Amino acid sequence: MSWLLVYPIIIPMMTAVASYLFRRSPAGRWISLAGTGALLLASGLLMANVLQQGVIAAQMSNWDAPFGITLVADYLSAVMVVITAITGFATVVYSLAEIPRRLEQLGFHALLQVLLVGVCGAFLTGDLFNLYVWFEVMLIASFGLLVLGGSREQLDGGIKYVTLNLISTIMFLTGIGLLYGITGTLNMADLHLAVREVENTGLLTTIAVMFMVAFGVKAAMFPLFFWLPASYHTPPVAVSAIFAGLLTKVGVYALIRAFTLIFDQDIGFTHTILLWLSVITMVTGVLGAAAMNDFRRILSFHIISQIGYMILGLALYTPLGLMGAVFYLVHHIIVKANLFFVAGVAKRIAGSTELSRIGGLYAHAPLLAFLFLIPAFSLAGFPPLSGFWAKFIVVKAALDLDMWVVAGLGLAVGLLTIFSMTKIWGAAFWPDHPDGIKPRLSDIPVGHRLALMLPIATLAAMTCVIGIFPEPFVQFAETAAGQLLNPSAYLETVLGVQP
Amino acid sequence: MQSLILTTTTRLLVALLLVFSVYALLRGHNLPGGGFIGGLIGATAFILYAIAASVEDAARALKVDPANIAMLGVGVAGLSGLSAGLANQPFFTGQWLFLFAEDGGKGIPISSVLFFDIGVYMAVFGGILTLVFALEREI
Repeated sequence: MSWLLVYPIIIPMMTAVASYLFRRSPAGRWISLAGTGALLLASGLLMANVLQQGVIAAQMSNWDAPFGITLVADYLSAVMVVITAITGFATVVYSLAEIPRRLEQLGFHALLQVLLVGVCGAFLTGDLFNLYVWFEVMLIASFGLLVLGGSREQLDGGIKYVTLNLISTIMFLTGIGLLYGITGTLNMADLHLAVREVENTGLLTTIAVMFMVAFGVKAAMFPLFFWLPASYHTPPVAVSAIFAGLLTKVGVYALIRAFTLIFDQDIGFTHTILLWLSVITMVTGVLGAAAMNDFRRILSFHIISQIGYMILGLALYTPLGLMGAVFYLVHHIIVKANLFFVAGVAKRIAGSTELSRIGGLYAHAPLLAFLFLIPAFSLAGFPPLSGFWAKFIVVKAALDLDMWVVAGLGLAVGLLTIFSMTKIWGAAFWPDHPDGIKPRLSDIPVGHRLALMLPIATLAAMTCVIGIFPEPFVQFAETAAGQLLNPSAYLETVLGVQP
Repeated sequence: MQSLILTTTTRLLVALLLVFSVYALLRGHNLPGGGFIGGLIGATAFILYAIAASVEDAARALKVDPANIAMLGVGVAGLSGLSAGLANQPFFTGQWLFLFAEDGGKGIPISSVLFFDIGVYMAVFGGILTLVFALEREI
């Protein structure tokens, strides 16, 4: 039973070891593929169990909470692990065609698996210090992936990325130290109870803001986002796709977890900060995107703008708002990774991601154009795609609280999103290629074409399915939000007592 | 630069450091020591050799790519955690095996914790050497 929670961490770890030892032979990449396949299976099993039992927990080394490290999966954790496995699998398939042998021999697949270890660990842990450890694992692996190959601009982006993330780490660690000092525990469930006993509420709010800054850097929240557009367009596309899908979402997840389970005393203060930061994040992100002229840079800025919606859902702190945040998280990972995949194929057949230097994709690669439209419209929130429901729930939650300005800005940002998607469409797909090249999908060898297009088609299909049959997904998000706002089941499962 | 004094003492010190690193590793179960510090001491031996002779000589003496040692170490540590599954206990619960135990006695106790420590030793040893060799080659 308890092993279900361990598999999503140990499977990619062992896959990393095996694929690293075989990095010089083609076996390495197949091990990596098989490993992510197993991860997919394990995450499905975890999800099936969580759906049955609500919350499941495991005590590592048989040390009872709050003394040992606890792994916990509630609805939110489970769905994040599933979506991580899906994105990981899609990325490995895509990288079969995109990553050159040279990078594979440097250990690309091992680093990718270590990244998955860190992400799954962060989603499953029920211990604040352990969360810090997973953040570090993720940071080391992502830095490795970012600079793998070692071109000049990759190192430039990599240094900015690491520097800012280290500042976030220091902030996080200081916050952990202070929190441990005043409560004497780091188990999240135990903290939920312990912070209620704290008399020095001023210090508690200070710590809350420190966590907000630490996770805000990870989530690319305004004004701490500038590492993201500096680095995401430099590595191979498979890498930027999985970064875009997962990394910032771990920050959002940590924010949601910390600001529902631990810091829920001074909502009037902390969540108001979150509210306005989220709105500014939305607006600056989308304006930044409008100013860019590179496929991947535009998409990078859109990550920031979408992060705003998720944090907005958290900041509203109503069942509907949190439900929107959860729905948005899942929707956005699928859509954003997919858009980066499309950008990669466009680069491969048209030769660049610079919008002024490509074109003709609609005339010569209509399938790609169609598969771009689905996630692009979904990102902007067109019905009947998943993005529509995600935006609808968040904006509705804002309207229910009579926050007209916030809701209006949310809708305006959606409109601007359409503007920059149109810009990509109008430059990369519609006009002829400036160099007279005819970018055809059939120029790619069949095996590679399959490896590139299958992940794109699958993720696009998922967007459509979530959009057309939203009912079960919405219900799921509703239960997840309910668990977040009323963590009694979480506490009972972890601590084994009635709170 | 070749230094006669350094090369001569290195021969003695490398052997001593390697033995001491294993001692620190095994002592770590109940006393100060353990895989991490043992790995560092072991890596020092090869770093000293790399400075006294050359990185190529040190890499040849090691025979295996240090990065592989590090990854294998992670694998060993992970497997030692998985061993708890055989006893149907939670991940990383310590498992004990009493070799040649006669009734009442404990024989030779072997634990999964020891293997975890050996994994840590390999990971640190390999990781540090990978870094140092790469840096030395750059210079």
